[in-house]
Amino acid sequence: MELHVRPLLQIQTLHKRFHDVEVLKGVNLEVREREVVSIIGSSGSGKTTLLRCVNLLEEFDSGQILLDGESIGYRIGGDRRRRLSDRALSRQRSMTGMVFQSFNLFPHLTAAGNIMLGLRKVRRLPKDEARSIAEKWLGRVGLSQRADHYPSQLSGGQQQRVAIARALAMNPKLVLLDEITSALDPELVQEVLLTVKSLAEEGSTLLIVTHEMRFARDVSHRVVFMEQGQIAEQGPPAEIFGNPKSPRLAEFLRSARS
Amino acid sequence: METFFSELWIARDALMEGFVRTIEASVVSILIGTALGLLIGIVLVYGPLVVRLLCRAYVDVMRGTPVLVLILASFYIPSVVGLHLSAFQAGLLALILFCGAHIGEIVRGALQSIPPGQTEAARSIGLTFPQILTYVLLPQALRSILPTWINTGAELVKASTLLSVIGVGELLLKTQEIVGRNFMTLDFYLFAGLLYLLVNLGIEQAGKALERRVAVR
Amino acid sequence: MGYTLNFAVIWANLDKLLSGLALGLGLALGAVAMGTVIGLIGGFASVGPSKLGRRIAGAYVTVIRNLPILVIVLLAYFALPEYGIRLDKVQSFVASLAIYAGAYLTEVFRAGLVSVPKGVVEAGRAIGLTRFQISLYVVMPIMLRNALPALGSTFISLFKDTSIAAAIAIPELTFQARKINVESFRVVETWIVASGLYIATCLVIAAGLRSLERRFPKF
Repeated sequence: MELHVRPLLQIQTLHKRFHDVEVLKGVNLEVREREVVSIIGSSGSGKTTLLRCVNLLEEFDSGQILLDGESIGYRIGGDRRRRLSDRALSRQRSMTGMVFQSFNLFPHLTAAGNIMLGLRKVRRLPKDEARSIAEKWLGRVGLSQRADHYPSQLSGGQQQRVAIARALAMNPKLVLLDEITSALDPELVQEVLLTVKSLAEEGSTLLIVTHEMRFARDVSHRVVFMEQGQIAEQGPPAEIFGNPKSPRLAEFLRSARS
Repeated sequence: METFFSELWIARDALMEGFVRTIEASVVSILIGTALGLLIGIVLVYGPLVVRLLCRAYVDVMRGTPVLVLILASFYIPSVVGLHLSAFQAGLLALILFCGAHIGEIVRGALQSIPPGQTEAARSIGLTFPQILTYVLLPQALRSILPTWINTGAELVKASTLLSVIGVGELLLKTQEIVGRNFMTLDFYLFAGLLYLLVNLGIEQAGKALERRVAVR
Repeated sequence: MGYTLNFAVIWANLDKLLSGLALGLGLALGAVAMGTVIGLIGGFASVGPSKLGRRIAGAYVTVIRNLPILVIVLLAYFALPEYGIRLDKVQSFVASLAIYAGAYLTEVFRAGLVSVPKGVVEAGRAIGLTRFQISLYVVMPIMLRNALPALGSTFISLFKDTSIAAAIAIPELTFQARKINVESFRVVETWIVASGLYIATCLVIAAGLRSLERRFPKF
């Protein structure tokens, strides 16, 4: 697969603390356009926090995140940094799409309504155009027949596929997937992973946090192992899973397998 | 029984007038009170600290004070500070302030019980805070407060009887006046009671119908 | 505007306000005591085996909860004497409030009874207790504890409802406040203090209830 050279996402020496616990200790990571990167690591390693920083759901203390060359979340002038306004943050958030562990579908809107909300209010598309985009994306995730169903009428796997369609329909530059199968019953995991795999094959740029090692291996161009708020090791999946260099990673993989 | 009906016929205009006043007071106070309550509820959750504390104080004072005291206070106080309200306006003011505080507390609870994931998901597709409030949070909150809101409506109909104490000619005061003329105390108080009962049962039924319509499918 | 606050008259009349407050608390206590008896009967009836009993309890709750309390108070005070039932102001008010409270407490106790786990009733039967003994020694204590918070908030709202006694000239707090208001024209001060006394009393009652709830841990 041909990869573009320019990095779409640049995370530079990112630091983040919750009270007195430092959860991110200078993370550096680049993701190129059309690249699929999976982050693995034990819980508490900071991988979900990293993703949430990229989507500006968390503030961070220092370092910076560049998306397509644009500094995200803060305006930096001289040595002062200021959090951007709600409006500016909203615009930047719409450049990335996020899929959550617990789906977070809007329960008062139908599947199509969930997808249309952002198209109508952020993209300001007319209703029928938003509707046809929603239907197109529902078709892509195999849920054409469920457009007018409410989330409570859908299975967990179907809900997560709607959430994926909701994120993708905004045509984001980068899609963040945060342990999207962790809340699913085992028999529903596969349908969601297959959906993500097809997105990856169609050239979406994905940054994935996952516990599914097999999936990370199948779908990613690159796998990143995080440990205690830092990136401990990264490389192509074959390297990471077949020939781990650090003993920590080897140990993590052993425990993940069992 | 026959005398009751002939007396009822004689009193029909006064009763009708009182009944209309009762409905008017209830409807106006629930509508304005709800608008006020929505604002208060939103401020109680998302407002800046100082405004939030002021709203909290307002809500706690209103909820800790008997409605009759609120009505008497808003009847007597405005005139000494140079504001001239009719008895009806003063009564409405008290009912609105009372209703606003209750609804505000209910809205606060409803907003706080919405999972944070809803706001996060809305943010991640790029909605601004006012948009999140309008399209994601309030629709869910309003749906969950519906039963309590309808109940507040019935409570206001009942509380409107207290306006009789400051001389507002609503149903109960009209009934008292009628009883003062014909001395048919039991009959006419029961009749008034029946009207209140019917109005509130009507509200209850309408509320159930409304709940069925907006139930999350 | 041009209104300057001056609390002197209010402090001079504080004894009247406080005695009014005490009277209001007395009215509320009397009503909650009688209302609890009514509510227990209503609550047991509404989950009981008798269909008629359930119907009567249901109708009682529906009717009373949808009636304005002032209508009940006026009915009891002005209409009952015509039928030879002579109660003085305080008696008729407490009776009215008790009937009103009874409807709310019927609901409170019904909910409390429903929350008693089936297993403990069966365990009571297994050790040979009669139905009545099970109700008294097993179900009641559990139900009362579970209903305690709702019982407390009913009491607080009843205490606030005692202000309505002013409408039939019972000299409780609201009546006294109105009198001071009319006599002294210290309008703002009067209502600030009256409202403050109600709020403070409600807070004290609420604090008392919380410590009661702590003393009897939830089952």
